Parts: sequence; C-alpha cells; structure tokens
Amino acid sequence: MATEGKVGEVTPRRRSTPWLLAAPALIWLVVFFVIPMVLLGRESLRSGGIGNYGDVFTGYTAVFRRTFWYALLATVLCVLLGYPLAYYIAMRARRARNVLLALVVLPFFTTYLIRTISWVILLSENGPVPKVLRSLDLLGQSSSIIGTTPAVVGALAYNFLPFMVLPIYVSLEKIDPKLLEAGPDLYASGWRTFRKVTLPLSLPGLFAGSLLTFIPAAGDFVNSTFVGGTSTTMIGNVVAENFDSPGLRPEMSAISFVLMAVILVGVLVYARLLGTEELG
Amino acid sequence: MKQRLSRLALGGYSILVIVYLFVPIAVMVVFSFNKPRGRRNYEWNRFSLDAWKDPFKYENLRAAFVKSLEVGLIVTLVAGVIGTVMAVSLVKYRFRGKGFLNTLIVMPLTMPEVVLGFSLLNLFVLVDQQRGVLTIVIAHVMFCISYVATTVKARIRGFNWQLEEAAADLGATPWQTFRRVTFPIIAPGVFAAALLTFALSLDDFTITYFVSGRDRTFPLEVWTEKQFPPQINVFGTLILLAAVVLSVAGMLNSRRRTARSKP
Amino acid sequence: MTAVDEVIRLEGVRKEFGSFVAVHHADLGIQRGEFFSLLGPSGCGKTTLLRMIAGFEKPSDGRVLLDGADQADVPPYKRHVNTVFQQYALFPHMSVFENVAFGLRSTRVASADIKRRVDEMLEIVHLGGYSKRRPAQLSGGQQQRVALARALVNLPSALLLDEPLAALDLKLRQAMQIELKRLQREVGITFVFVTHDQEEALTMSDRVAVMSNGRIEQIATPGEVYQRPATVFVAGFIGSANLLPGTLVERRAGTCVVDLQSGGRVTGADVDAPLGSDVTIMLRPEQLTPLGHAPTSGHGLEGVITDVIFQGAATRVLFDLADGTEIAVSVEASDGLDPLRPGDPMWVSWEPGTAHVLSGRPTHAGSTTTDTDAVQASLDGLG
Repeated sequence: MATEGKVGEVTPRRRSTPWLLAAPALIWLVVFFVIPMVLLGRESLRSGGIGNYGDVFTGYTAVFRRTFWYALLATVLCVLLGYPLAYYIAMRARRARNVLLALVVLPFFTTYLIRTISWVILLSENGPVPKVLRSLDLLGQSSSIIGTTPAVVGALAYNFLPFMVLPIYVSLEKIDPKLLEAGPDLYASGWRTFRKVTLPLSLPGLFAGSLLTFIPAAGDFVNSTFVGGTSTTMIGNVVAENFDSPGLRPEMSAISFVLMAVILVGVLVYARLLGTEELG
Repeated sequence: MKQRLSRLALGGYSILVIVYLFVPIAVMVVFSFNKPRGRRNYEWNRFSLDAWKDPFKYENLRAAFVKSLEVGLIVTLVAGVIGTVMAVSLVKYRFRGKGFLNTLIVMPLTMPEVVLGFSLLNLFVLVDQQRGVLTIVIAHVMFCISYVATTVKARIRGFNWQLEEAAADLGATPWQTFRRVTFPIIAPGVFAAALLTFALSLDDFTITYFVSGRDRTFPLEVWTEKQFPPQINVFGTLILLAAVVLSVAGMLNSRRRTARSKP
Repeated sequence: MTAVDEVIRLEGVRKEFGSFVAVHHADLGIQRGEFFSLLGPSGCGKTTLLRMIAGFEKPSDGRVLLDGADQADVPPYKRHVNTVFQQYALFPHMSVFENVAFGLRSTRVASADIKRRVDEMLEIVHLGGYSKRRPAQLSGGQQQRVALARALVNLPSALLLDEPLAALDLKLRQAMQIELKRLQREVGITFVFVTHDQEEALTMSDRVAVMSNGRIEQIATPGEVYQRPATVFVAGFIGSANLLPGTLVERRAGTCVVDLQSGGRVTGADVDAPLGSDVTIMLRPEQLTPLGHAPTSGHGLEGVITDVIFQGAATRVLFDLADGTEIAVSVEASDGLDPLRPGDPMWVSWEPGTAHVLSGRPTHAGSTTTDTDAVQASLDGLG
C-alpha cells in the first residue's frame, strides 16, 4: 500500500537525460538497422531501377506465392495448436501456470538447427512418423514425407509455436474474470461466452502472435532446406543461395525489400490500432 | 456434465500440444546416445555413450561451440547494458519522441531475419568491412537490444521512482542510488533479459549466416559442414540442461522472494 | 537586534512550472527546534515549497538557505535535511534495519556506530525488535514509523514531513499526532510539517504558515491564526466563522464601526484600512451570545432560525439574516433559552469592539464550515 509514491512517468529535471540514456541503443539501431534498410532500398534500384522489381515479381511469382501460402498455413496451424493451450494456461491452470509457460518456452532453448534435424529424423524414410502413417494406410509405401509441403509447413509451425502461445496468453490473462462471470448470466452457454467475450478480448494477443509467426515463417529457409525438397523452395532460400554473388545483389535486395514492405505495412497497421506501449 | 467434458478435452489437448513440443527435443536427447552408421545421425543404430565420453572429438565443432559462447557473452553484456538503460529511460521519463523510440525498438522484432541479415551484409560490403566475429557481434546486439528493451520495460513497469528521491534525500549520489536501490529492484527483469539474450545469440542461425564470413558459430558450423554427428546432440542437450537448471533456479528464487515479503 | 537561530530561510522564493505559478513569492524563516507547519488546501504550493527546501525542485527565483548557507546548486543528497514522504517510499528490497541505516551508510559511518544508532532510533519509535522485517510485512502505522526513523537517525538540521498522516485512518492519525509531537520534543529537531488538515496543524505546531494559491497568507502561532487571522482566506479556512462583509465608516481608539451589507451597524476591533473601504467582520460561533430577545443595546444580529443541530454539549443553531446570510451560533444548555425550532426568531450579540475585522470581502458571506474539502471547492470556483 505505502510504496506507491511515483509510479508511472516522471518529468526529467534535465531535458537531455532521457535521450542520453537512450542514445547508445538509439545509435546502434539507427546505424545497424535503419540505415541498412535504407541502403537495401537503394541497392534494389541499382542497375535496373524500378525495373528490378518488375523482374523480381515476374521471375519469382511462384516462389513468393508459395512462401506466403506456407507462412499462412503455418500461422493457422499455430493458432489451432497454440490458442487452446494458451487458453488452458491462462484460464484453467492457475497454480501450474509458471511451470507450463516454462515448458512451452524450454524446448526453444536448444539450437534451431538441431531441432530441425530432429524433425528430419522423425520424418525421414525410416523414421517413426512415416512408419506410423504407413501402418495406418495413410501413406504410400514408396512416398516420403520429406520434400512435401506438409513437412515444411509442419516444421515451420512447430518452430514458431511459443511466439503464438505467449502473446495470446498475455492477452487472455489480462481479461477481468468478472467479465467472464457475467457471461453465463447473459449468454447462457460457455461457447457463446467465449465467442462474444473472451475471443474479442484476446484479439490483440492473437494478432501479435500471428504476426510473430507469419513474419519469421515467411523469411525462413532452414526448414525448407532440411525437410523440404526442390518443389518447396521459399523466398528465403533464394536469397540465401544467391547472397554471395555481387551481380545478383540488386535483385536479392529487391526481393528482401518486397518481403519487408509487405510486413512493414502489417506491423504499422497493428501499431496504429493498439498503440506502441502495448507491444512487449 | 458437458462442461466437465469440455474441460477435460481442453486439458488433454493442451497436454498433447506440450508433448508435441517436446518430441523433437526428446529425439535430440535420445540420438545423443546413438552410434550412427554413417556421417549423418538420422537413423537409430545402437545405444552408445561414445558421444558423451568424447564430446570434443570434432575440433571444428568444439571450436565453433566455444566461439558461440564467447560471442554470446559479449553480446549479452553489450545488449544487456544499452538495452536496459534504454528501457529505464522509456519507462521512467515523460518526453517527446517516446512513441518514436518505442516503435523503433519493436521494428527489428517484426522483420524476418533474412531481411535483417541481408541488409546488414549489404552495409558491411558497402563500407568494405571484413566479416567476422565483430560483424556477428554487431548483428546479434542489434536484434537483442529489442528483446532486452521490451523485456526490461515490461518488468520495471510499476517501479516507484520516489524511491530514488528517498535515496537522494538520504545522501546517496545518483550512482549510489542506482547501485543500491534502482538496480537491485530491477535486477530480476534485467537478469531475465540477459538470459534471453544469451540464448538467442547462441541459437541464432539466419542472421549469422549472412554476416559471419569465415568465422563460424556453432549453428553455422553444423549447417556448413552438413555434419551431424551425435556430438551436436550432446551440445544441444547440454544447452537444454543449462536452461532447465536456470529456469528451476529462477522459479525457486522468485518463490523464496515472495515468501520473504509475506507478513 | 538579537539573532534568531533560523535553520531554514526562504527569501523571495518563486516556482513556475511552464506557465503555471506554483509559488508566487515566499518569505519565511523557520527557527531551530520549532514545529512549523505549512498549511493549506490542495494545490496551494505547500508541497512545492517543501520540495524546494529538500532540493527536489529548483526555485525559479529567490533563495533557499539552510543554516545560513545558500542552497543554490546544492543537490538533495548534499543537504542536511531529510524527508518523510507521504507514501513513505521505504526500500522494499531491504529490511527495516537496512532502510533506517541507509543514510548512515551513505555518509560512511562506522558499522558499530550504525548498529547502535539504528537500534536506538528504532526503540524511540517503538519498533525495537522489528529490525529484520521487510516493509511489506508491516502495517501502515509501522511503515510510517520506519520512514520517520530512517530520516531522523541522520540527525538532520530539519525534518521535512509531506502530509505523513494523510494515509492513516482517523484513530491512528490522532494517535500519531501525539506521537510526533512527543518525538519532536524528545529529539529536539526542527520539524517542517505539510498538511491540509487545519485541526492537525493547530494541534501540533509552534507556528503555522497558511497558504493559498501559491501565496503565504499568514505566518503566526496557532492562537494568533485562530483569533486574529490576517486575511479573509485564513479566517475562512481556520475553524468555523461567520464572515460579514461591510463598509468601514468610523475608526476610534481600538475599535471601528462598520456598516454591514446585510443591514445594521456594528462595532469591532480596529483594523488598519482607509475609511469607506470594504471590510469583513469575523465572528466565531462561540463568540456570539445567543439571546432570547432583541439586544437591549441594539448591537447584534437578528434573524430566523433555519436549522438546529444537536451536538451533545452544545447545539449548533443556523439562522438567516434578513438578506439571507446564514449565521452559525453555538448554544449551550447553560444559556437558559427556550427550546429553539426552525422558524423561530433568533438574536445574538457580542461584546462591541471585540469582533475581529479584516480588510477585503469574503467569497461567501455568512458561516463557513471547517470541512476543508468544501473550502477547496469554493476556492476552486475562484479559478
């Protein structure tokens, strides 16, 4: 009770103080984030001008389309897997909450590559998953999972699941329990309460989680390299394979820029809708 | 009755998802005890403790792992300090341009690593900067600042700044105030951010891929050599164990703190 | 001229926040060993003054002197004053002992001395044995005593208290008022006490500075401030009073004659104002003698009773004058009047020439209340 004093913001005694504190981080980000972005844009226009973008669109349409499609599928899959889990932890598991959250996050303290290799093991020719699917007659004897779309999408969804679960959890946890008690009063059924009260209130978290899943998924190339094949090339693969050749740099820059632009628009819309203080 | 069923279903589903999360991890641990037939540790052959007995068999992997640790420590220190200081500024003070700064620190989190990595590479090429440990550290600090700032911001919301006034009133200089009052109170948040940063740096592949040049961190070495001996599973398991130990320690510590402050 | 030992002195102190003037021009001197209160409604500038003494705010103009030394450019951590904050600001991560020892550690006092002084101070505030507890484990009253101990243990030149009792409930507050007074006497340190509660200030202080809207209205002993308020604001803020506006028509040795706006002519104590100027007669309810009939001397007020409030030993009677001005009078059983009812006529009188007269007009003629919130509301109406 008594330690409330000055919670919230303080007016600085010297106007420069907050900026001095923020300066190192600010400079670092400007030099190593903002400027590279600008340079990227510039590079994308080199030796070809805006035409580079035209080339990129015509040359890589299929790859772009596939990339965004995979990312979308992975995001949806993450929602289906992650939302119920987040709901359970936020609403039903009061005491075990911290442990469960730790369990969600813990697997991702191992190296990304090793996790992906584990998926290769699981999905490879003689791995357990094909064995099970074959015994259930869901998979042909000669077909393999590696190299297929479901493999890549599945692996993508796996890798970004915590990024979906955590924001949704945060949103749900903030909901005033009294609003939910009112539900049965007014809506009579649990499902309707969910639809009318819980779901809308968890939308910020759902939106954040979706962005945090879709964006890295769209740029990923590791999963498609390990568990994918020639027909599952994503745009990330293109950039990763060609980044060394100076001649292709403008083209790669244009690709990166398109990817970034699409995402930037989405993020700015989100920031506008919900205010920057909410993020994090 | 229907409610109970749906609750059970939800609980069951959640457990399944968590199990699903751990399956690849289990595979990783299990396969560290494998003796593979060929170069690739993809199929189970037979049980063996060889990898555990000689984890440093492959010099290149060992060197890369050590390099990852070194980079991780430097990055944690640098990003930890400048990110925390930025976070304090954003939470404590009311000033113009806060909205801009808040947006800026979030932006790197919303970019795909491909774009971040490639654009940094572009910059380094343009200024003719040799790619190596330095550029790796620069890149890691760049995206870790965002994680540190957002984590610490969330943790220090609700800090009572009048405590700093009280400290000054009692004769503490600004530095003493920070050292004896402010930092001890925000320390848990900073520590959590540091841990996160270390893990992210250790784990990072994509950005490192673009900016590393000849130097290899552990994930990069694995990718480049396309070598997957059980030793890498051993390293992975060790990292996991460290994370488990730290999480448990963290949980016990916070439980001890809450117990101490109860009347 | 004898040198008065002033521990704190403010000369022409002014504080602006942008275009808002929190303190216009403050001159005051606080003597060593004094219990001095800064009293006024919320927003009057009292806390700002306190913070300028502590060093948390810099004056826009004027000087702050501690022990005769100008404190310009002296940061709070170098000043020999300590503050007790309204919400205590105890360090949550430290034990009671460490909290109290904080200031001593800052000045590098020897460990053995620290232990002795802290233990002593904890005894003085009746918290011996609580050394190892954490602030979160203490009650509000206990936390406040830790805050006190933490400040006092450093033996500052003055202790600054920012509405320290505001967060406590009534019974505890009254007990703490007595405690604080006792403590101040025992330790002998100058106390500068900020409060909006005028009863509190009058009970505890040696002298009071009454403030309003960034200005010091009066600095005097509680008795002075009560019996001879310097301005209309002070008259209305302290205790209850009946304020009657009028015009000064005559001045004689020690008394004056005033034509009341509500009608009639009365005499009061002399006031230093030009003839024909606006003045206000102040009559405390207990100053008025209730009569059962029109006053024989013709000097008094008459009206119709509107409300009779039984308050135990006395009864508060509210009656309206002919022009609607409400007057409050305290009637005791020993006055021997017939039972009073609303609608009955009422007469009161007082010793001619004894009513306190002030320059200027009140914002609201008639009886005031002691409820500072209502006063605040009426002040807010001023804008």
